Formats: sequence, C-alpha cells, structure tokens
Amino acid sequence: MNARAALLIAGASYAGLQLAASARNLGFEGRIVMVGDEALPPYQRPPLSKGLLTGKSTVESLPVKSEAFYSESGIELLLGRRVAALAPERQQVTLDDGSSLEYDWLALTTGARCRPLPVPGAGLAGVLEVRTVDDALRLDAAAGGAHRACIIGGGFIGLEVAAALAGRGLDVTVVEALPRLLARAVTPQMSAFVEDLHRRNGVGFAFGQAVSALHGDNGKVCAVELASGERIDCDLVVVGIGVIPNTGLAEAAGIACANGILTDGLGQTSAPRVLAAGDCAAFPNPYAPDPARPIRLESIQAANDLARAAASLLVGAPQPYASVPWFWSDQYDAKLQMAGLMAADDEVVVRGDPASGRFTVFCLRNGRMAAVHTASRPAEHMLGRKLVAAGASATAAQLADESFDLKSLLA
Amino acid sequence: MPTINYILKDGSTRAVDAPAGLSVMEAAIRANIRGIDAECGGCCSCATCHVYVDEAFLDRLPPADDMEQELLEGVAAERRPTSRLSCQLPMSAELDGIIITVPATQA
Repeated sequence: MNARAALLIAGASYAGLQLAASARNLGFEGRIVMVGDEALPPYQRPPLSKGLLTGKSTVESLPVKSEAFYSESGIELLLGRRVAALAPERQQVTLDDGSSLEYDWLALTTGARCRPLPVPGAGLAGVLEVRTVDDALRLDAAAGGAHRACIIGGGFIGLEVAAALAGRGLDVTVVEALPRLLARAVTPQMSAFVEDLHRRNGVGFAFGQAVSALHGDNGKVCAVELASGERIDCDLVVVGIGVIPNTGLAEAAGIACANGILTDGLGQTSAPRVLAAGDCAAFPNPYAPDPARPIRLESIQAANDLARAAASLLVGAPQPYASVPWFWSDQYDAKLQMAGLMAADDEVVVRGDPASGRFTVFCLRNGRMAAVHTASRPAEHMLGRKLVAAGASATAAQLADESFDLKSLLA
Repeated sequence: MPTINYILKDGSTRAVDAPAGLSVMEAAIRANIRGIDAECGGCCSCATCHVYVDEAFLDRLPPADDMEQELLEGVAAERRPTSRLSCQLPMSAELDGIIITVPATQA
C-alpha cells in the first residue's frame, strides 16, 4: 500500500471512528487510514453484554457505520492488522505484517483489555470475559449449555451479564470484592437499588469477598473458591474486574503514560503529532473532583468527545474537551443513566422513591450540582446533564421535593 | 422493500430502502445519512437520533412510550408535535414512503 497517511489511526472502535468522521466533517482532506485488529469494522459494544446475550441484537446489527460511510468519506479501513511499533521521531509506524507507514498525524485509539483474574484456575475452560464480539459470542454459546454462572466483579459489565444470564434461566451469583455494587460509579442508595433489582430477579451475591482460586473438573471450571474458603459451584465463570489501558505501543515509543496515555484536552500526547483518545487515554476532566488530575473514563461519550476535540486540532480550529461525562446501563427493565462524576464526600440527595423503580440521586459538591444518577427517569437525566454543565446551585430541600421544578435551577 | 425519504439539513432528499423491522435510525446509519447521530446505539438513552416525522405518517407509528417522551424533552433541536426518536420507529410495509426530516442539531 501507499506508504504515507495524513492521519493514521491505530485502533478501530468508537474513538478512532469518531476522530476520522469528525476530521472529515470539519474538512480534513488528507488520506485517512484506520488500522483495527479485529475482523469487524467499528461496532457497537454495549450490546455485547446485553442484547447479544439475550437475542435482542445480532452481529449483523452491530457495525456503527455502513460500508458506504467509509467509501463516501474516504476512510480506509485496514482490518485484521495491528500497529506493532511506533517511531515518533520518524513519524512512522510498523504494522504486525512487517509493512510500514508514515504519517503526518497519528492517533492512538488502542482501547483497553480485560484485567485478568490473578488466581489459580483462571485459564480453565468455561472462564470467560466480555470485551469483543468474539468474547460475547463465546459467552452466548457457553451460556446455552450452562446452568450455574458465577460472575466475578459487581461492576457494570458483570451486572449486565448477570441480568442477561438470569433472564436466560441460569442460576447466577455475583462475587464482589467491595461491600457494595458499582462502588466507584454510584452512591450507596443506587447500589442498594441495583442489588435489590438483581435479587428480585433471582441473582445471589457474595460481598466483600476476594476470589482465591477457580477449580476445574477435566479442565472445565466447576467452582469458585472465595478467600473465606466458601465454594460456589458453577459451570460458567464470567470475569468482569475492570480493564487495563493498552499503552504498550505508546510506552515503547517513550510517550508519557500513567494508567493511560497522558493527553491534554485536545488529545495531544507528549510526542509531537501523536494524539490519543478513548479508553486508552487519560486526560484532565473539567468535571472531575480534581480537574487537574488526568483520569480515564471508560465510556462512549468520553471516547467520542475527546476524539472530536482531537479532530478540531487537525483542522487548526482547536476546541478542547468540555463535555459533561455521561454513561448508561440497561439492566432488566431499569434504565440507569449517570451524568457528571461523583466524589465520595459529595452531599447526596434522593428524589423519588427507590421502591417505585424510578428515582434520581443528586450529588452536590460545595452546593453545586456535580453528578446526577437516574433510575428510569430519562428526562431528569437529560436535565441533569445541563445542571452539571451549568454547575447549578441547589439545596437538598429543593432537590428532594418532587413538586419543585428542577428546570428553574437553570435560570 | 419499504422506502424512507430523508430530508437532510441542506434541504435535499435521499430515498433509502429499509427492510421491515429495521429502525428508521438504523436505516439512516447504514445509508450514511448525516445528522442522525444515535450515540447510544439505539437503546433509547441519548436523544441524538431525533427526527421530525411527516404528519401523514404520524398515526401509523407506534406511540412514544414514557421513556421516549421523557427523552424528547431533552432533544437539542426544537421539539415539535412531530418529534420522535428514530431508534424507536421500526419500519414496516405500512410506512413505505415515510418522510423523515433531520433536525438542525443533535448536540
């Protein structure tokens, strides 16, 4: 292939795609090549832990864009290939097939990989993770013949998988090392609601428990052993204990990394003409409790919005990242939506009755709206994003009063 | 196969064939219709697939449920009586020829 790209993108998921699409929308005219190590063009990942396991989604419905998008936009996809090495001083990369490409701009959108479970038995058959479409299809197939599933990790992925498998009639237990679910993302009130939701759907829990080993029978997993010595019999294990950013390429090239490739609000790394965005990137977020400290946000919103900022730099009209973080999770019939980033010492106010299944948790920091978490109240989520963006002032009494008009806080 | 006519921001029209069952949002994404973002991928979470439906077709559509109604309150462009989230509109033979107008903005 022609050996130079105006924009070379390493990693073909949300961030890479958004960067390419935004660059084109903003009038970037040079050659764009996007390299991805999976077989599919950029595809939707949320259904992997939900619809793809319940039959609501199919692989055919996953691609984010049509083939026509790539041809009409002039974005070349190089799939089944990986960038193996990077020489920023020569503005050149080497692919895993040994070929090399020069670039004017390079974007590292290499994503993250599942954190492996560091215990004996983690390599047994029937121990799965969910990151890629292949992972999800493997899990779907394994669930078909399984009866008892143990989910290790009570985060969003683990809980979505738990909901999907419980819905398929499996007996499901979730093991969580901390005393409550989703502890880093939501307040105890929302954790309690989610736990209750799962219990009502037959899911069991083991809290505050580390996993010490997985046991197998003829090479296939048959039990999870907890640090307490308790054993949970199972024929399927799904590990969802977080991810590790794919920083190897950047680190080997001497680019600054610290739990992620460090960037500014335009996605610029420590190397000239090298950008990063998506799950692999850590950048200072204006809505974080500490706005100066680089953080990684594993969400489609963060991937898209930092990619948009990076694209603006490419066309010489830089617009740094300024978006309110938001993400969502669908479990059973509950729609959980989170706007803003909470801190452990925020003042927490609940609006509505969690027992009704529809309520909102507000997090105030110094009297201003820092985060809004809703359960099946999408209007308050949408409003919540605006309240967080505005840093709206509010009192606990106002927020807890259902007759109080929240929109008046924006005035 | 039923056809969807999308009226784009520049006023031009694009006709897209859409098999029954595919949503008006999915058909737009596949055909690379600009201005329908669908950031959440069609799970009724983000209100970035907002469209205006031609009045003649409005009553042939399934009514908006509570979630969709609530999200429509948060759309970026003007909300009109014909506003819908296109991820919630499955195509059918009955909707052949439906006219969908893309709003000025989704964000």
